[in-house]
Amino acid sequence: MITVDNCWTYLDEVADPEVPVLSIIDLGIVRDLFVDSAIGSVRVVITPTYSGCPAMDVIAMQIRMCLLSKGAKQVLVENQISPSWTTDWMTERGKEKLEAYGIAPPKRKSSNPLALFEEDTVTCPKCKSDDTVLTSQFGATSCKALYKCNHCKEPFEHFKCH
Amino acid sequence: MSSVTTLKYTLQLADNVLIMGQRLAALCGKGPILEQDIALTNISLDQIGQARSLYQYAATIVNNMSVADKAQLFNAPLLQEKINNKLSITEDDLAYLRDAWDYRNCLLVEQENGDWAYTVARSFFFDRFQYLLYTAMLKSTDSTLAAIAEKSLKEVQYHIKWASEWVIRLGDGTDISKEKMQQALQARWEYTGEMFTMNELEKEAYNIGIGVDVSQLQQTYQQQIETIVQEAGLQMPTAAWMQTGGKNGVHTEHLGYILAEMQYLQRAYPNMEW
Repeated sequence: MITVDNCWTYLDEVADPEVPVLSIIDLGIVRDLFVDSAIGSVRVVITPTYSGCPAMDVIAMQIRMCLLSKGAKQVLVENQISPSWTTDWMTERGKEKLEAYGIAPPKRKSSNPLALFEEDTVTCPKCKSDDTVLTSQFGATSCKALYKCNHCKEPFEHFKCH
Repeated sequence: MSSVTTLKYTLQLADNVLIMGQRLAALCGKGPILEQDIALTNISLDQIGQARSLYQYAATIVNNMSVADKAQLFNAPLLQEKINNKLSITEDDLAYLRDAWDYRNCLLVEQENGDWAYTVARSFFFDRFQYLLYTAMLKSTDSTLAAIAEKSLKEVQYHIKWASEWVIRLGDGTDISKEKMQQALQARWEYTGEMFTMNELEKEAYNIGIGVDVSQLQQTYQQQIETIVQEAGLQMPTAAWMQTGGKNGVHTEHLGYILAEMQYLQRAYPNMEW
């Protein structure tokens, strides 16, 4: 039996293909769920993190496969871009998982993050030092920036505040 | 008819970000250092993503039109053929099957990458414009365009920051970097005027409430550009003549080459999919 409640639970099994430690629920990109239990149809409304995020197509496919394997007969995935996604929608559990995985989670500490030549203070996920430096605002995926820790000397990724 | 205006206006917006994104994508694997290579491709990805949202919307508008209205829309033969065969069109059809004269991007974005200063100057001028455009478009009466603007605006902020920092870094760097940055700003400046000159389509789009009056953005634009140029210790560029044409489909020779490369696969193997 497909219900709204168990669909939310099932979707927590769908991982972000780029950051597999996070589920799409952790990321906060599932915006709404509509279920018609009688005919087993589900409509899932998701929101892209960044316009060009190539993971979105993969995520839509994984949502379909996940729900179909749980007994849904028909799954429709829709994109909704407004209001636009923000890292504030990421769950606390998601942020903890990110940090444990070695990616500094989005936590805004600076007042004016877009001031030129100024960056957020980002805590090193490995040694917890705040003595870190940005190496590139752009990383391996749209959502991440590259940092280096001056204390433990390790490079790490930061999930940008967005 | 307002849906035709919305369609054409959406395509013009899409063409700008697609061509800009395509230009930057050509630098993938060729950036001066790894971090900047990644930065360029990230920016390109954002822009192509914005273009996708816009082309998807444009395709929806076309598919919802009556058969008679659709038949009048395009000159491009392959697109016309699809419509004649009553097939629905997709974002890819709009990007891959229109010719250079169908594209309505401004001349600035199709200019060559040149050296690093030229690449930076083009982005510096374009991203700042996009920021003002999208900010004004938040008030569009077309809710899809307003939503795309809202989403894109967050991304453009990173782009502006990146380009502005490089203008300052080069302007405030060595004698050679300063000279090259100054030269690039001067060379690209003549393509900025077009962005603020309203064409008939933009006037119509503005009158029906969906579009932006770009002429009103010019003063703020100049001030914002000047602030960074001064910070960089450079001279504000001047132009006795502003180049125009792209927004009306009259392009420089560069666009044809961009499209030849970008559209090759769909032209050689029509309807091919990954």
